[in-house]
Parts: sequence; C-alpha cells; structure tokens
Amino acid sequence: MWGSDVIMDYGFMAEYALMYVKAAELTIKISAYGIIGAFAVGLICCLIKELKIPVLYRIVQMYIELSRNTPLIIQLFFLYFGFPKMGIVLSSRSCGIIGLIFLGGSYMAEAFRTGIDSVPNVQRESAYSLGMTKRQTFLRIIIPQAVATSVPVFCANVIFLIKETSVFSAVALADLMYVTKDLIGLYYKTDEALLMLVISYLIILLPISFISSWIERRVRYAGFGNTGSV
Amino acid sequence: MGDSILKTVGLTKSFDGKNPVLKDIDFSINKGEVVVIIGPSGCGKSTFLRCLSLLENIDSGEILLAGKPIGLDKKDIHKYREKIGMVFQSYDLFPHKTVLQNIILAPVIVQKRKKEEVNREAEKLLERVGLLEKKNVYPRQLSGGQKQRAAIVRSLIMNPEVLLLDEITAALDPEMVREVLQVVLELAKEGMTMIIVTHEMNFAKAVADRVIFLDNGEIAEEETPQEFFECPKTERAKKFLNTFDYETSKI
Amino acid sequence: MQDLGIQVLFEGINFERLLKGLWISLKLGLISMLFSVILGLLLGCVMAGKNRIIKFLCRVYLEIVRIMPQLVLLFLVYFGAAKHFGADISGETAAVIVFTFWGTAEMGDLVRSALISIPKHQYESGYSLGLSKLQLYVNIIMPQTFQRLLPSAVNLLTRMIKTTSLVVLIGVVEVVKVGKQIIDASRYDNPKAALWIYGTIFLLYFAVCYPISKLSSALERRLKV
Repeated sequence: MWGSDVIMDYGFMAEYALMYVKAAELTIKISAYGIIGAFAVGLICCLIKELKIPVLYRIVQMYIELSRNTPLIIQLFFLYFGFPKMGIVLSSRSCGIIGLIFLGGSYMAEAFRTGIDSVPNVQRESAYSLGMTKRQTFLRIIIPQAVATSVPVFCANVIFLIKETSVFSAVALADLMYVTKDLIGLYYKTDEALLMLVISYLIILLPISFISSWIERRVRYAGFGNTGSV
Repeated sequence: MGDSILKTVGLTKSFDGKNPVLKDIDFSINKGEVVVIIGPSGCGKSTFLRCLSLLENIDSGEILLAGKPIGLDKKDIHKYREKIGMVFQSYDLFPHKTVLQNIILAPVIVQKRKKEEVNREAEKLLERVGLLEKKNVYPRQLSGGQKQRAAIVRSLIMNPEVLLLDEITAALDPEMVREVLQVVLELAKEGMTMIIVTHEMNFAKAVADRVIFLDNGEIAEEETPQEFFECPKTERAKKFLNTFDYETSKI
Repeated sequence: MQDLGIQVLFEGINFERLLKGLWISLKLGLISMLFSVILGLLLGCVMAGKNRIIKFLCRVYLEIVRIMPQLVLLFLVYFGAAKHFGADISGETAAVIVFTFWGTAEMGDLVRSALISIPKHQYESGYSLGLSKLQLYVNIIMPQTFQRLLPSAVNLLTRMIKTTSLVVLIGVVEVVKVGKQIIDASRYDNPKAALWIYGTIFLLYFAVCYPISKLSSALERRLKV
C-alpha cells in the first residue's frame, strides 16, 4: 500500500494483538450501550413529537437540532472537561456512552419519524373509520408499516455510531485509535499499528454492514407480498 | 322525515377558520336510502363525507345518528365510527396484512367478535364479491378493482348503519370501474344505506334514490335522479352537467 | 459575588482567537468540499454510466470510504504517509486529502442517484423534440439533476464541517487547541474556564451548522412542492 519498502514485523503484531482485542472489546461494549441508549432516547423523543406533548415537544426539538448540528468530539470535550466545572465529574467511559447516546438519540428519533411519515395518512383514516382507537391504529397499522422504512435507517445509524466511537481517544478512552497512537509514538511501528487498526475496524464493521444490507433487502423485497416493484 | 338514520344540522366546516368549505349543511338520510352527492371538484363533497366519519372536526352544527346527537367523548367517537363505514378513493387496504386479515382485523379487535365466526362471515362476503380465492393474498398483488372490492367488504363486515363511499372508482382504470360499481349496485338493492360521492354519472343515475348537487360548499339542488339529470333547476347544475357530458364523451 | 468564569471569553482577544481557530477548521472543510464537489461530479457521471468494471471499482471505493471511520483514514494518511514519504506531511494537508477522498465518494454517490432519478421519459421527450445530446443535457437533464442534488449536497457540507473537528487529533491548531491554550493560560485565575470555553466551541459549531442544515431542509421542501 505504501510502496515496496513495507516489511511488516509480524512478531510485533502478534505481541500487541491482544491490546487491539481489548481495545476493540471496549469499542464494542461502549457502542452497544450507546446504541441501546440512543434507541431508547430516539423512541421517547419520537413519541413526544408524535403525541405533541406541549413543553417537552419544544425541548425535544431543541435537543435534536443541537445534537445533529454539533460534532461528537466537541460534545465529548464539553462533557469531559466542561461538566466537572459544574460539579459533574464523569469517567471517560460514562462520557463516551453519554456522548454516543446524546448524538445517536436524535438520529434514531429521525429514523423512527421517517418510518412513521412514510405511512400514508389514508391508512390512519381507514383504521379510524373502522372504529379503531389511536393506540390500536398506531400499534397495528402504523408501526408494522413504518418498520419497513425505518429498519434500513436504523442499520445505517448503527454503523454510523460505531464509526463515531473512533473519537473516544480524545477523552482518554483506551480505544483502537488510542492504542494505535501509542504504538506509533512508543515504538515507531507505524505500518503494523495502522494495519492492525484497519483490520480491527473491518472485523467489527464488515459483519454488521453485511447483516444490515441483508436485513435491508429482506424488509424491502420480502415484505407484504411485494415482488420488488412498487 | 321518516326514520332518519343519519342527519346533520347546520354543519359548517372550514380549514382556515375563515373561508368555509361547507356552509350550514342540513342533510338527512333514511334507512335503506342511497344518496349520491355530486358537484365540481373542490365543492366540498369529500370533506362532507370526512366530516360524517369524524375524520375532520366541524366548526359548528351537529351530527345526529338515529336521532341522537353524537358525543364528543373518545369512546363515543369510536362507537360512532364503528357504525359508519367508509371506503376511500384508493390505497387504503393495510399493505402488511392479507385480504382476509384486513377484513377480520376490526371486527376482532374493535367489536371483540370471535375470530372463527368473523372468518366465516368474511369468506362468505368475499365469495359474494368474487374474491374468495384471493383471501390469503397481500393487497399489492391485487388489481385496483379487486382492492376496492376488498375494501368494501372490510367495511361491510362491521355491519355499518351507513356506508360512505368517497370516489371509490376515481383512481381505477376504466375496465375495473364496472366490477366495483356492480358490487355497490347489489348492496343498494339489498337495502344498504349509502352516501356516495362519485363522478360516474350513469352509475349515479342507476343507484341513487336521491341526488344532491353540492356547489361551493352549499346544497344547491336536491331531488330524484330523474329530475336532476333531465331538468336541473339551477344554472350551476346545468353548467356542471354540460361540462361533464363533454368530458365523458371525449373518453 | 460568585465568580462564574464567563469573563474568560472577553479577556483580551480570547473570543477572537477562538473564532480564528474555528475558521481554520472551516477553511479545511470548505477547501475539501470544493474539491469533493468537482471530483464528485465527475465520479457521479462515471458511476451513472454503463461500464460495469468502472462501476464496480467505484462501488468498492465507496464502500471502503463508508466503512472506515474518517479518523482512521486520517491516521493512515497522517502517520502512514509521514513515514513512507519521508517529509512530514502537515496535519492540514492530510486533512484536505482525507476529507476530499471521503467527500468525493459521498458526493459521487449523491450525483449518481440524482442522475438516475431523472425519469427516462425526460430523455425521450427531449430527443423527440429534436434536441442534440448536448442540448438535452444542458437544458433538460442538468438543471433537474442540480435541483435534486442541491439539498443533499448542502447537507454534505454540514457533515464535512462536523467532520473537520477531527483534525485536532492530528495536531492541527484549530478552535479546540486554541481553547485549550486559553484554559491553560487562565488555569489559576479562572478555574471554570473549561466550561465556558468548551461550551462556546460547542455553540460556535452549532451556529455554523444549524443555518446550513436549515437551508438544506428548506431546499428539500421546495423540491417536494
């Protein structure tokens, strides 16, 4: 990749592979917490927006704009360095998880909303005209149809959020980037460190990417007796 | 009037609070009667049906079912909607459910009827409209005409007091219009109470006991189909019918 | 009176320094965006074309860029290139290279989908009016493509700006670095500086990105009407 002078020190790689495994574990763990949290926050925000709950509606609106229009790394800096000055001291780990939830929540909320908006209004009206309640309509008519549109967006969000975790080293989390930077700084084993970094991310992200495109195909083509054309 | 089943008194509706789409509508339909509402596009006929099924809030006036004003409680609204069936222009079958599932959903979860019993009734109704072999098919695999017939069955199985049909053939290819209208004609013969908004003038002539010409949010004329189609009283109705003949003859 | 620490923003030229720092990341974002738009337009046309091998290669490029975190790409170029091309590549250069590499792929995909979303009958009716291929593209296809492209391209700009915040991790002196310097300098007389500085940076980013994403959604709405 970098020309002919690349000779990998495989011994070095073997020696430090465990560090990457540990770092990857950390990335996965924090991503998992963050994504589950973001999903919950997104669902709550979406419900608040859907039901138009007076004051909360405004707050959710503001949160979504703030979260979508600022970079995660800046959010993390604020959490990690700014919050302690207000007496709220957060560990690197909590910062990472909270940051990811703060960022991801708005993306998940939008995913829910896209799904709900994609259901034509006449579906709601036919359900109402059959005497169904709001709840029945939402659960039995809107949600099942919304899922088909939302699931691909969720998958994309999951991948997006895992990628975003790469900035966690900024708040001193010993993640993959952190380890890589360390190895480069300490031993000047740039090629080996970078290669292992890329491989680690591929191992984490490729399967998820394949699974999500598989899911996407399924919901798009197999749903509701659809044979591919709309 | 005899035994009025559904009635409105002074029904007024506007979307912006200023310009009413429906002005002070007094309307009544008796049990077993078929009323066809026609009028130029934008005259408020669809809005009227939507008000009758409570999909739109009305600004003032009253809606009475069997002589009783309807309550504004959530429960009352659901109870009322159970009794008033509505079929829309298109796309209103639930795409994630098969034809049979579409039909039995509301009787089971709204009316809490037994599934087996509803299943049997659904199959009987499907057979009548010629869709029995399609019962396990998803809406996407149906033609437009088949979809609308299934949608009619979905409303019928609720045993509605009144059935509202909102331009149910407007989105259909011409060759499918007939099969749907045939079903409606048969329902009329059996004494189903219906309020129909349509652009099919021949169908209106054949099915209606009474024709209402709605123009600019007001009932401009109200009479038997013979009277209306042969010698409409108002200028506006004459004009409307003329443009209509012109358009249809072109097709 | 309780010391809030907000005065740190107004001491000397602190606020001005922050703005200058922000401008450095913005500049990197804008330069990368400019390159991305130019290269992305070309890439998109190629991707919408018929050559299967080229399409496949473009797809691979797009997938690589999409699956790798931008920071990883940044490390690859910054550290990798520094080692193998001898000369130290500056953080700024690395950033422009990486963000262009990423932005071109994203832009290319946007252009491709805008191009293929133009219905076939637009081409056909253009030809049936006797337009030449060039006339067809200039008068019919390009204006429509551009209209469809604009909202998502503007949206890409906010993503680009947000992404450029990463350059602090490869040693570029931008708004966060400046902020850190200010915090360090006032460590003793203003212990709460970090809250105000990072809060300000957070809001500065918001102030830049919010109008742009509003513009994007306004353009999108206009398209739908």
